[in-house]
Amino acid sequence: MLRYILQRLILIPILLIIFSIMVFALVQAPPGDFLTSYIATLASTGSSLNQETIVMLEHQFGLDQPVHIQYIRWMQNLLRGDLGLSLEYQLPNAELIGDRLGLTLVLALFAFVFTWAMAIPIGIYSATHRNTILDYLVTVVNYTGVAIPNFMLALILMWFAYSQFGLSITGLFSRDFEQAPWSIAKVIDLLKHIWLPMIVIGLAGTARLTRVMRANLLDELNKPYMVSGRARGLSEWQLVMKYPVRLSINPLVSTIGWYLPELFSGSLIVATVMNLQNIGPLLLRSLINQDMYLAGAILMIYCFLAIIGTLISDILLVWLDPRIRMEKV
Amino acid sequence: MDNIEPKILQPEGVAPLEKAEPEIEATAARAETFEEPLTTTQEEERISIASNWTLVWWRFRKNVLAVISTVVLIFLATVVLLPDFFATMSPEKTNARLAFIPVQSIHWLDEGQLKPWVPSVEGKRDPVTLKMLWTTDETQKTYVKFFGSSWSYSVLGLFESNIHLVSGADQTQENQIFLLGTDRLGRDQWSRLAFATRISMTIGMISVIVSVVLGLLLGGISGYFGGWIDNIIQRLIELLQSLPTIPIWLALTAALPRTWSPEKVFFAITIILALRGWTTLAREVRGRFLSLREEDFVLAAELSGASQARIILKHMIPTFTSHIIATSTLAIPVMIVTETSLSFLGLGMRPPAISWGVMLQEAQNIQTLALAPWLLTPGLIVIVAVLAFNLVGDGLRDAADPYSH
Amino acid sequence: MVTQVHPLIKPTNDLANEPLLKVEDLKAYFFMDEGIVRAVDGVSFDVMPGKVVGIVGESGCGKSVTMKAILQILESGAKIVNGKVTLRSRVHHGDPNSAEELIELTHLHPNSRQMRRIRGAEIALIPQEPMAAFSPVHTVGNQIMETILLHQDVSKKEARQIAVDVFRAVGISMPEQRIDSYSWQLSGGLRQRAIIAMALSCNPRLLIADEPTTAIDVTTQAQILKLLRKLQEERQTSIIFITHDLGVIAQMADEVVVMYLGMVMEKGSAMKIFKDAQHPYTQALLRSIPSVQSHSRVKLPTIAGSIAHPFNRPKGCPFHPRCTHFMRGVCDAAQPHLVEVDEDHFVNCFLYSEADGAKLMDKIETAPPVEKSL
Ligand SMILES: Nc1ncnc2c1ncn2[C@@H]1O[C@H](COP(=O)(O)OP(=O)(O)OP(=O)(O)O)[C@@H](O)[C@H]1O
Ligand code: SF4
Ligand SMILES: [Mg+2]
Repeated sequence: MLRYILQRLILIPILLIIFSIMVFALVQAPPGDFLTSYIATLASTGSSLNQETIVMLEHQFGLDQPVHIQYIRWMQNLLRGDLGLSLEYQLPNAELIGDRLGLTLVLALFAFVFTWAMAIPIGIYSATHRNTILDYLVTVVNYTGVAIPNFMLALILMWFAYSQFGLSITGLFSRDFEQAPWSIAKVIDLLKHIWLPMIVIGLAGTARLTRVMRANLLDELNKPYMVSGRARGLSEWQLVMKYPVRLSINPLVSTIGWYLPELFSGSLIVATVMNLQNIGPLLLRSLINQDMYLAGAILMIYCFLAIIGTLISDILLVWLDPRIRMEKV
Repeated sequence: MDNIEPKILQPEGVAPLEKAEPEIEATAARAETFEEPLTTTQEEERISIASNWTLVWWRFRKNVLAVISTVVLIFLATVVLLPDFFATMSPEKTNARLAFIPVQSIHWLDEGQLKPWVPSVEGKRDPVTLKMLWTTDETQKTYVKFFGSSWSYSVLGLFESNIHLVSGADQTQENQIFLLGTDRLGRDQWSRLAFATRISMTIGMISVIVSVVLGLLLGGISGYFGGWIDNIIQRLIELLQSLPTIPIWLALTAALPRTWSPEKVFFAITIILALRGWTTLAREVRGRFLSLREEDFVLAAELSGASQARIILKHMIPTFTSHIIATSTLAIPVMIVTETSLSFLGLGMRPPAISWGVMLQEAQNIQTLALAPWLLTPGLIVIVAVLAFNLVGDGLRDAADPYSH
Repeated sequence: MVTQVHPLIKPTNDLANEPLLKVEDLKAYFFMDEGIVRAVDGVSFDVMPGKVVGIVGESGCGKSVTMKAILQILESGAKIVNGKVTLRSRVHHGDPNSAEELIELTHLHPNSRQMRRIRGAEIALIPQEPMAAFSPVHTVGNQIMETILLHQDVSKKEARQIAVDVFRAVGISMPEQRIDSYSWQLSGGLRQRAIIAMALSCNPRLLIADEPTTAIDVTTQAQILKLLRKLQEERQTSIIFITHDLGVIAQMADEVVVMYLGMVMEKGSAMKIFKDAQHPYTQALLRSIPSVQSHSRVKLPTIAGSIAHPFNRPKGCPFHPRCTHFMRGVCDAAQPHLVEVDEDHFVNCFLYSEADGAKLMDKIETAPPVEKSL
């Protein structure tokens, strides 16, 4: 088991190197660079930069170097933990990302807990009460939940709250706390606001997980060990909770591998719509403005989170299922 | 019965006799099973001679929701093929004076007669808030006609037509029909929706087709040949699957040059969507190939000297076609939602191209939405389309292998 | 054979002659969208204390469903529609010295506490599929201890000790280690023994063994049968032994019940069934075994024709489409009933007079001599 985890850990740097090349190629790809679009913007407002400043800036950001040198410099800085400077804001990227990364993680975590806390019990109920009215209702809600893109859900909820109650349900903080330093009051304020984005981001995942849980459990409920358990005098409830539920959750754990990364990046669109201060809107803005080092840094963070998500699910799966555990020792 | 059979087909007189005998026996046996209802036997016979496809269809037919969804999809497909037929005016036509006109519903009766019309809309600017206020004037009627003629368009590039689903009854009068209201620039939502449907649906389908081709090809190669090729393809799939999808898609679409024409962007986006789409299918195909390779009939084909391409095409792929169709159907909505999201963020299709996501861009502002909630209608169509594809896909999957659950 | 009653069982006088389990006209149907499957359609038999009853019949004739109906663990969709199952139960389950009472199982709610306490403690099941009877993600010991803790008032540690002891009793070497393994780590034979251990762990008086030896090799099968026989004699446990294999029945059973399409065709002491089978179906079964004494492992012989589709049962005698003694207008008109043809020997066939069980010779001769095929 330990060896298996080590193997997986060794894989991380390799993946990160490949991803970094891809990411760099991507943020490099658009024709022109930040400076050209910056100059264009300035020109459109009537002002301009003199030639020396341009050369100075080009040199400062290494834009005058060949691409591979730029990449190597970027990588060296990344390895030193230096995420580089934002071209647009003229600030260190680390500072820009700072709190927003934390909020990204907190939001994803809340959505994740919400998903599992809802999906597992509902899935169990649905499977054990197959073909009852509630089961049909769950199925209907699931289909709709999967079908509504989460930004649509956000829009609909926001529109509803605004038009019915005049409420603006955007953001993660009240206005008073937006710029305030962290305090207990701010955390409480965050908790007051986070539940709605949590539901919006988690709903589709909940619907999917509920469906999978229900289907898995239905499969398990027909297994011969159920007959054996009943024949030993276990009550239906004891039996269902101990064996089939456990066995149908196991394969779900492997879904964490793609679900966690999806939560991190899935919040991106919702965050833009609902004006949530996480790294999503920042990425969007940096991509549109060709702020390549900022975009690159955020993309690398997403890649890293994706890899970690997969790693967590792989380890959990091995830990939970003795059959895989023994195989991979 | 013997008389009818042409003599040439019987080399000797014995053949028909031999054939007749078991028949007599069979009837005798059936007679002796007595009250056994004949219908069951026929039903069983029907099932036993039905082809795999017929069986899939029979099972699919029983799934009411899937059948209804199929009808919905067929309707959407018609819109894709003939957006002009559904449109009431040009989707590009702007008119600032007609911005944010609310939904006009068709009234069917006029003075007790069946004569459909829509009320005209009068706009007045509120002197205090400066907001436009629209009032429907029921006395001013624009009569509408179904399947009437209006501007002409080409049908699939084959011939010209000027028939439209809805058009103004009076050709001379300027069209004032806004079945789904208008947007910020006074463009007709209904007509735009028709054209958006065309683009969004085709993006979904084409990217799935590309994914299927790639998935079949690479998955097939991987599963059939194994070895190092398999290894490389598997690592590639793992790599692609561990990428954070949405950010990478965003970065990819952001990298598309602004100067590109809508057609170029369209194809670039389908390719981008397919880039990861193929991996799931390739995995499945590989798995099927691996297990099929062991099957007797493939071995038999190999022994009889069939070429590899022939074995794959003639013997292996047909065994899981229905499954592939089901999986692809389920992949289409994913593509549609992704395209909609990307365009909604301004990184997918760009105006002047019209897609559901592009239309939804107009609905980003909550104040605007509160004023003109009909701007969300493209979103409703997205939900309906996704739902329909999912229901049909699930129905197909259950019909294709009913014992999988 | 041990003749004296095992000292551990102390029957109260009034119940001494009662059977341990009495099944009367049991009917269990599956209610499905496509129709009703009469999986068990009037089954009666008794199990005397310390005896082995063998149930034999072709696949799908309702053997397993009968057992599930007795234990009231039918799948949802299946229901007991008729019949009475009476158990001579100990008042304190699992306690050999307990006083006894008669419990009508069919009157208990399937999920009632009383019914659950009987399962495992009074009647234990060795299920048909040994591979899948254990959960793959829990250790075998965990599952056995669970049963023990459920039925006996012991600590976890004691439960573990009991589990180790039964493991030893069923001949598993290194029981202390083996108890912590997962079912898929055990070989087929060991797994089978582990299942028997699990069934025996709470000292049930009736063991239902549903084809315990299918899917194991011949040598192991012989060992398992020997083990069961030994345990049965030591503990005086009654066993309902279900199998396709007439050879095994001959080796194990005191009484035999022959089933066909959910009904009992013939039943009686093993001696009578093997030496003097009366029912055409039983005779056909026996005919295709070269010699019962040779313990040959010939599976159920192929009798001409095949079992009717469950939705589509033949009218009258269920066996009539395949019967060589079929009498038109009689066998397909009404259902025959079990008649006593001899002491402790019942046959369900129109060839035997309902009044006195006498063989109606003339009718046999009118039967068509050819075997029909369907
Ligand atoms: N879950 C079920 N749903 C519907 N019908 C069932 C179900 N289980 C059993 N049956 C029906 O009940 C009949 C008897 O099944 P049962 O399992 O008791 O047979 P069996 O005698 O134990 O056969 P085998 O020797 O193969 O175990 C079968 O014909 C089958 O059609
Ligand atoms: S009742 Fe008739 S058909 Fe049935 S076994 Fe007896 S003789 Fe055969
Ligand atoms: Mg069985």
